[in-house]
Amino acid sequence: MVMRMLLNLKNIYKNYGKEPLIVPVLKDISLEVIQGDYVAIMGPSGSGKTTLMNIIGCLDRASTGTYLFEDEDISEMNDDALSDLRLNKIGFVFQNFNLLSSETAQENVALPLIYAGIHKEERNHRADVALSKVGLQDRTTFKPSQLSGGQKQRVAIARALINHPRILLADEPTGALDQASGKQVMELFKALNDEGVTIIMITHDASVASHAKKILHIIDGEIIENKQGGAA
Amino acid sequence: MIENIRLSFRGIFAHKMRSFLTMLGIIIGIASIIAIVSTIKGTNDQIEKNLIGSGNNTVKISLYQEDWEYSFDSGIPNGVPTVSKYTLESLKNIDHVEGATLYRSRQSNQSIFRNNTSLDGGYIMGVNQDYFSIAGLTIKQGRGITEDDNMKFRQVAVLDETSARLLFGEDDPIGKTIEISSTPFTIVGVCADKETFEPIMESIDDYRTYNQSTGSKVYVPSESWPIFYQFDEPQNALLKVDATSNMTRVGKKAAQILNTNVSSSSVQYKAQDLLKQAKDIQNLSKSTNAMLIWIAGISLLVGGIGVMNIMLVTVTERTKEIGLKKAIGARKKAILFQFLTEAVVLTSIGGIVGVLTGIGLAKLISIFNGTPVSISIPAMLLSVLFSMAIGIIFGLLPSYKAANLDPIEALRHE
Repeated sequence: MVMRMLLNLKNIYKNYGKEPLIVPVLKDISLEVIQGDYVAIMGPSGSGKTTLMNIIGCLDRASTGTYLFEDEDISEMNDDALSDLRLNKIGFVFQNFNLLSSETAQENVALPLIYAGIHKEERNHRADVALSKVGLQDRTTFKPSQLSGGQKQRVAIARALINHPRILLADEPTGALDQASGKQVMELFKALNDEGVTIIMITHDASVASHAKKILHIIDGEIIENKQGGAA
Repeated sequence: MIENIRLSFRGIFAHKMRSFLTMLGIIIGIASIIAIVSTIKGTNDQIEKNLIGSGNNTVKISLYQEDWEYSFDSGIPNGVPTVSKYTLESLKNIDHVEGATLYRSRQSNQSIFRNNTSLDGGYIMGVNQDYFSIAGLTIKQGRGITEDDNMKFRQVAVLDETSARLLFGEDDPIGKTIEISSTPFTIVGVCADKETFEPIMESIDDYRTYNQSTGSKVYVPSESWPIFYQFDEPQNALLKVDATSNMTRVGKKAAQILNTNVSSSSVQYKAQDLLKQAKDIQNLSKSTNAMLIWIAGISLLVGGIGVMNIMLVTVTERTKEIGLKKAIGARKKAILFQFLTEAVVLTSIGGIVGVLTGIGLAKLISIFNGTPVSISIPAMLLSVLFSMAIGIIFGLLPSYKAANLDPIEALRHE
């Protein structure tokens, strides 16, 4: 099987601040992610892993270096094109879920579809399908305050998957969860990856990272080593 | 779009008190404008009705020297012939004219007597049979002047109620005789004072405006005019028009027809333009109230600033939501429209509530003040549109701020 190149980062540098107080955050990062991959990025806080994640997620731009997303150069895209890319090709999962508290689980999951211009009936239908995929088919009308942490994160994952993205980006997805819920989320990720969803996950927890096929260590903005994960 | 409106209502109802207080500025502004406009319109409608006569759309065309009505006391003007019956026919044929009649009128310096009682300052009117119906004068007693009266040169007279009262007091005037210029005339009827309508008088100004037209009048057949004055005195014309709005046009046309036979350049026929007079009075009240509308406008400006302020607060409160929406793929424009919609929904509700409050306020003013109220639909629509515009104008800055938030910073916001 020919592995299709999904992400290709070459010599990425990211600096914050202005002369003379430039703070380098990422130094010469090169990274390739193929379709179906499951990558964990590990590193202590302040190592630059979230910055890397933001660049991969097209929320931020690199100072120098090239980033090809499906062979397309991100640096040449304008804001609207980046928005469309995030909408159609990237799914985000956050540590603190980032659900809208006034909306139901169904409405939260359907949110990206509004920006994709899909009408309400189909939005609701697709949200219900996505929710049943994460095992929450009987919680569609619940507000986030009525859900447990693990359920909230599964709603967030359903939202990330609703537009069938090429890649799922998860920033400490188990960071705010108890162990049992965290385990459930990891099992869900594993199942999704088995179905062919590419996943990149940030974590500082080695046991969480061990689920991935590939583990990257970032220290002081540099990738130290590539290690094969245990659960592949 | 529908989704944006739904989200707006959710946002507005999530902070009921805050939203209401924000709207209050708009509500007060719109309500005062509606109340003022309704009162102005009510007063103006009343002025027009009073001055022009409710449904009795008559235009008087008489001779003018410069801007003043020509006084026949200084003799018959050169170059002004009497109006022929052919000219009268062409007056009747003007579009929108329902009837036309010719008459003569003079403030009497001749003595009008009943025994020893004299009528001072009364008017003598030389009329024919059509005059009473066209002028809208109802005959209260007896009969009016008939064609027969004119044909047979009868010395008969019709009094209006004022002159009847002044000359006869409580006595029945019918069949009695009065002397005009030492010539006896038999009273055959009594007609209403001026026209059938009664102006609504609420102030001394109203009284001055409307009262001049009423007075004591004695109507005699036009053929008897030479008894007191010259036989070739030019007549005035009185036209009945089908609608108030056509009065000015018909008046001008009639004056033009009458002037074709006039060779004098200083004395010309002119229509008494009641519509214009009404407009002049209306403009007077308009300009005084324009000031009030400006003041209400300032309250709308303050209301708009309030909307902007609260929208900025909303954007700050919902920074995280904005960050999330941008992260999952909302374009800048989508965020901009969401908050712009919220501002417009907020001010539109304010506008609608303001219009309703304004109508209530206007009715309340009319109850306490007695001023008439007329609700104008265009003013209501305009007010709601205007409040929407306020939403757009004052919502733009906060919405722009929201649209341009950095998603990373916004997501990190606590």
